[in-house]
Amino acid sequence: MTAPETAATAAERPSGPLPPSMQFTPEGRLRHLLTIEGLSPERITEILDTAESFVGTNAQTVKKVPLLRGKTVMNLFFEASTRTRTTFELAAKRLSADVLNINISTSSTVKGESLLDTLRNLQAMYVDMFVVRHADSGAAHFIARHVAPHVSVLNAGDGRHAHPTQALLDMFTIRRHKGDFSRLKVAIVGDILHSRVARSQIQALNLLGTGEVRVIGPKTLLPAHVEDLGVRPFHDIRTGLKDVDVIIMLRLQRERMDSGLLPSEHEFFQLWGLNEERLALAAPDAIVMHPGPANRGVEIDSRVADGPRSVILEQVTYGIAVRMAVMSLIVGASVNQGAAQ
Amino acid sequence: MRLLIEQGRVVDPAQGLDRVTDLFIQGGEVVALDTPPEGFTPDRRIDARGHLVLPGLVDLAARLREPGDENKATIASETRAAASGGITTLVCPPDTHPPVDSPAQIELIHRRAKQACGVRVHPLGALTAGLEGRQLSDMAALKRAGAVGMSQALHPVESPMLLRRALEYAASHDLTVFLHPIDHALAGAGCVHEGRVATRLGLPGIPEAAETAALGLLLALAAQTGARIHLCRLSTARGAALVARAAADGLAVTADVCAHQLFLTEADVEDFNALCHVLPPLRTRADRDGLRRAVAEGHIQAICSDHQPHEADAKLAPFPATEAGLSALETLLPLTLRLVEEGVLPLLEAVRRITRGPADILGMPLGTLAPGTRADLILVDPQRPYAPAAERWYSAGHNSPFLHWRFQGRVTHTLSGGRVIHETAGRE
Repeated sequence: MTAPETAATAAERPSGPLPPSMQFTPEGRLRHLLTIEGLSPERITEILDTAESFVGTNAQTVKKVPLLRGKTVMNLFFEASTRTRTTFELAAKRLSADVLNINISTSSTVKGESLLDTLRNLQAMYVDMFVVRHADSGAAHFIARHVAPHVSVLNAGDGRHAHPTQALLDMFTIRRHKGDFSRLKVAIVGDILHSRVARSQIQALNLLGTGEVRVIGPKTLLPAHVEDLGVRPFHDIRTGLKDVDVIIMLRLQRERMDSGLLPSEHEFFQLWGLNEERLALAAPDAIVMHPGPANRGVEIDSRVADGPRSVILEQVTYGIAVRMAVMSLIVGASVNQGAAQ
Repeated sequence: MRLLIEQGRVVDPAQGLDRVTDLFIQGGEVVALDTPPEGFTPDRRIDARGHLVLPGLVDLAARLREPGDENKATIASETRAAASGGITTLVCPPDTHPPVDSPAQIELIHRRAKQACGVRVHPLGALTAGLEGRQLSDMAALKRAGAVGMSQALHPVESPMLLRRALEYAASHDLTVFLHPIDHALAGAGCVHEGRVATRLGLPGIPEAAETAALGLLLALAAQTGARIHLCRLSTARGAALVARAAADGLAVTADVCAHQLFLTEADVEDFNALCHVLPPLRTRADRDGLRRAVAEGHIQAICSDHQPHEADAKLAPFPATEAGLSALETLLPLTLRLVEEGVLPLLEAVRRITRGPADILGMPLGTLAPGTRADLILVDPQRPYAPAAERWYSAGHNSPFLHWRFQGRVTHTLSGGRVIHETAGRE
């Protein structure tokens, strides 16, 4: 363990260890959301409960609430993503925030100093929250370490590391359908190795006391010591899916074939794709999830993706409510506090 | 200049010496121990009571960043840092910009070193032209200019065939080849050990096999060619065991390890600590313990700094985008002494790993205080605490994860060729 850092030493050690409390203000409120790690089950429940209150808002004809009026949210995407950015944008707008979208190709910020420069320039525009997506694991932590004290960082996906809001919306969806996590068996299928979604889901599921978390895939797509994450690994989908209550399919990137991790998309579908026959091995009321966008015929059969057990579109809808919840708990913390008093 | 080092505890593994005595220096050489040569009247006396008197440290790997990366550091700044850390001789790898593949580069490094504080700098020559791994370098010319060995640094060689030829050609010139056991294809774009922390943080990993597979090839080629190979920067317990077995089989290979590999593990990368981004990566606790064992048993003959000073910006990026390496000249001795404190090996052996051990690998008559050798030596106050953050840091690179550690033992004097090139000021 290192000694407590002074301001001077923090400047000296710009990338030194972060205290686990970094995501919180000294008063214990959420300041950044970088990863699921370090959140308490109560905190996750608070976020999910807050999201419940926004589900109603989203279904109304007038969808706006004024919780973030006068605040500026900047979507800072160093990696292309229309879907995720759109849901963050909608979430911020429905909270009445001003929203800016900035897409920066990673190639123009190969060097760290330009990332820092970019950040400082944008920060000078008095932004209240950065929603950040970046191809490097640890990017959100890095940015959070360097923003001004009044700025919050919301991780919208960093490398293979974390995608906390996706995991939270998945928990929200599971909770709505299944209630108590302790009796559930959940299987995550496919490319765990490269998946920030899977890492965050596994952490959230374990924090919420899920009965059993399984990962299913070939050895090439499971990271070393995967069981240390608190999961049971399976290579055979038939045994892996047996009696599970929730099936989460992951997107398979096409480039995995080029790097020798898999022989072909066809073989992947044959061995690990989710079809109706395999779905039948799961519990009778099992739900099927996918963070999207799904590769039909690669990891999931269309009949399953569009079938009665699929909750994929619900995930998208809840994604907005969950992101509104996180944003309001972060930027709107004082607003909520004021309302409560 | 006649110098008397009085009543220090002289520890010289090369002579098996560990006793309190006087040491006499004249004409830049150690001339006598215990009793003065006839007619010796010192011009200066250094009171070494309560101090260790050790041979100056020999460091097998220190990037000085010159030529080409003067924004990071210079030969002047880094040799000054070396002196403050008790290092009197250092070897610099050939991966400068441009690489050390011509006599002109070697001459430039020698010239700059001569203008600096007096630490001796020995470059390694590039094993292949431009370190590109495709064509042999002019090894004989490099040797004539002063290269003390050949190295490919962290760059790959195109094929095992070319590597074989390079080893045979180097052996024809009686050159030791310094090779890093890294299979670049297996290492891929990894930036940390492929293990628990990589899995948790989602960082691309470098598997243990990247080292052991490369060692398999290098050891096979050493046996095949009879070339003298020095294995640089072991990072795995299994790798160290392979080297030990090869030595037992009579193969003439030597090996070194970075001091930080004997203390840090993958766990230090937690929370994306870019200061612990090094290559080869920090591995598991079992690896660290295996390396410690190999050092204690002498299968690893040298501990080096693997000094890599960086400007602040090099570490100001998301972890995978930061540059690897740490600034380490000033912590080589403190970390080695800590091994003694932690009971890993006795003082005499620990000192051997940073003096005579590396000197033997270089085939140089250094790292000893035997009469008739060059007076490169240091005085260390073993009682004096050393907190790097609280004292002057000489290297231009501040990228050290050890800045906030607290050590016991501090260099007070560094002598090169009988001349005091560093004195640590008394404690304020």
